[in-house]
Amino acid sequence: MATHDTAAPPTKEGGAAPGRPPADPTGAERRRARLSRRWQRDMRWSPYAFVSPFFLLFLAFGLFPLIYTGWASLHQVEMTAPTDMEWVGLRNYTRIFDDDFFWNAAKNTLTIGIISTVPQLLMAMGLAHILNYKLRGSTFYRVMMLAPYATSIAAASLVFVLLFGRDYGMINWALDFVGIDPVDWQSDKWPSQFAVSTIVIWRWTGYNALIYLAAMQAIPQDLYESAALDGASRWKQFLHVTLPSLRPTILFTVVVSTIGATQVFGEPLLFDANKGASGGSEHQFQTLGLYLYEQGWVNQHLGRASAIAWTMFLILIVVGIVNYVISRRLRASS
Amino acid sequence: MHAGPIAYVILALFTIGSLFPLVWTAIAASRDNNRLAQTPPPFWFGGNLLDNLDVAWNDANLGEAFFNTTIVAGTSAVTVVFLSTIAGFAFAKLKFRGRGAMMLIVIGTMMVPPQLSVIPLYMMVAKLEWTDQLQAVILPSLVSAFGVFFMRQYLIQALPDEIIEAARVDGASSWRVVWHVVFPAARPAMAVLGMLMFVQTWNDFLWPFLVLSQTGNPTVQVAVAGLGRGYTPDQSLIMAGALLGTLPLLLVFAIFGKQIVGGIMQGAVKG
Repeated sequence: MATHDTAAPPTKEGGAAPGRPPADPTGAERRRARLSRRWQRDMRWSPYAFVSPFFLLFLAFGLFPLIYTGWASLHQVEMTAPTDMEWVGLRNYTRIFDDDFFWNAAKNTLTIGIISTVPQLLMAMGLAHILNYKLRGSTFYRVMMLAPYATSIAAASLVFVLLFGRDYGMINWALDFVGIDPVDWQSDKWPSQFAVSTIVIWRWTGYNALIYLAAMQAIPQDLYESAALDGASRWKQFLHVTLPSLRPTILFTVVVSTIGATQVFGEPLLFDANKGASGGSEHQFQTLGLYLYEQGWVNQHLGRASAIAWTMFLILIVVGIVNYVISRRLRASS
Repeated sequence: MHAGPIAYVILALFTIGSLFPLVWTAIAASRDNNRLAQTPPPFWFGGNLLDNLDVAWNDANLGEAFFNTTIVAGTSAVTVVFLSTIAGFAFAKLKFRGRGAMMLIVIGTMMVPPQLSVIPLYMMVAKLEWTDQLQAVILPSLVSAFGVFFMRQYLIQALPDEIIEAARVDGASSWRVVWHVVFPAARPAMAVLGMLMFVQTWNDFLWPFLVLSQTGNPTVQVAVAGLGRGYTPDQSLIMAGALLGTLPLLLVFAIFGKQIVGGIMQGAVKG
């Protein structure tokens, strides 16, 4: 995007004092006034020119589709003829709310969200705390923690399918080794949800640890020194200095992970040994994202899939409001 | 504070945990299907790696997939970096009406997951007959609120107002300031953002999965997922495909890991 300079530089004296009517308009004076107008136009409109590409793209590929999803959710739209839309009011919503599999998917999304987010963030916090010590080879460890983040959902999910294999998987072999009966990581509800969550945890723990670490390094050192002078142990320092300072960051990661948890899709899709979109033969690990895909792309009901998407959007808005209220409370109390 | 031995033990465990699935992908890819259907599972490399890589490469259409993904991720990274830098500069250093409100919108959009928009996008793509075409994947990937936010945070502290002032006094227009002052100052952050965007677009799954097919014009993720969801019963081949799909990014990490770590941490402060 090569853009030519449209605004010419102002003359040095005239540029800074705009709007001064020339008493005797000579050619040079007029030229100067024109340059100054150009200069003002530049100063005034360039900021908008700089931010507009982002906003235009966002309108086209972010906001418009989001709103149009709401519109489509009030219509019957089939995959076979996506342009034929028939108004059905709220029927798509009543249909999905009557569907047991919707509630099942909602519950699974919640439980997988909790199983994957809580241990992930706790481990990330502990890891960040350790990485914050003076370490030999600290960069090495940080890069290693981030290797899973570089691994795609597809590759990660496929290897975990094998590791969690019922008959020949490494994990059941290790369990057997310590005397625990093999677990059916595919068909049983909680084990399968745990396995799917493991993929999420594996990919994101290191990333979140780095976020926490960055925030920890921004804590002024003298806070720790004065706490140490007061005789606070390392654990006490962590509780009373580190954690309070990290509050905004913790909130940020909780919000981001919560949003991510509502969107889990690729992991359960690829974890399913039946290769369907039902999240296991009994829908035992079907998430809302997967349910949306099943309704829209397998059953070809785009209108109903839109209703699911908008329901998820409304859930996120509620999450956002709750988060806002909590963060205000926290700020007020501190 | 110096770390004690326990800290090193924990770090070693986490490092092993991080690397083990990756290493085991390579181990499984170097075996054959029969060996993967035995207990105990293999712990060391076998002799089938090159054969498996060769078959997976051809079966999963990985050659085309690599080419496509490089184009998609490259175009997306370059465009996002450019657009984010000029927008981030405007938000960081220029004064204009509506700046605060617009920045709030940018931050707000970071909270709206793209998954909620796929249905109308899919309808658009179907109407334009763009299924199996790369622009269907590239265009939506050019929107990155995170990029704008990231560049703004960087430029606020990395670009002193005096330098801009000095350029202005010399008569530079806003575009000249961008070319000759902002871009040079932002170069480190632009490189990091470019890498982050490249990794993210390379690994994008849902949207490419919906509009591209394994036989049509796949990205690496679509091809690898297709291998896993196809009717190949051979697990070692699937692992070979997964390995091939991951290697380029692991290479990027091996070379630029330090910069990427720095970038993520930089973007996080005041996040």
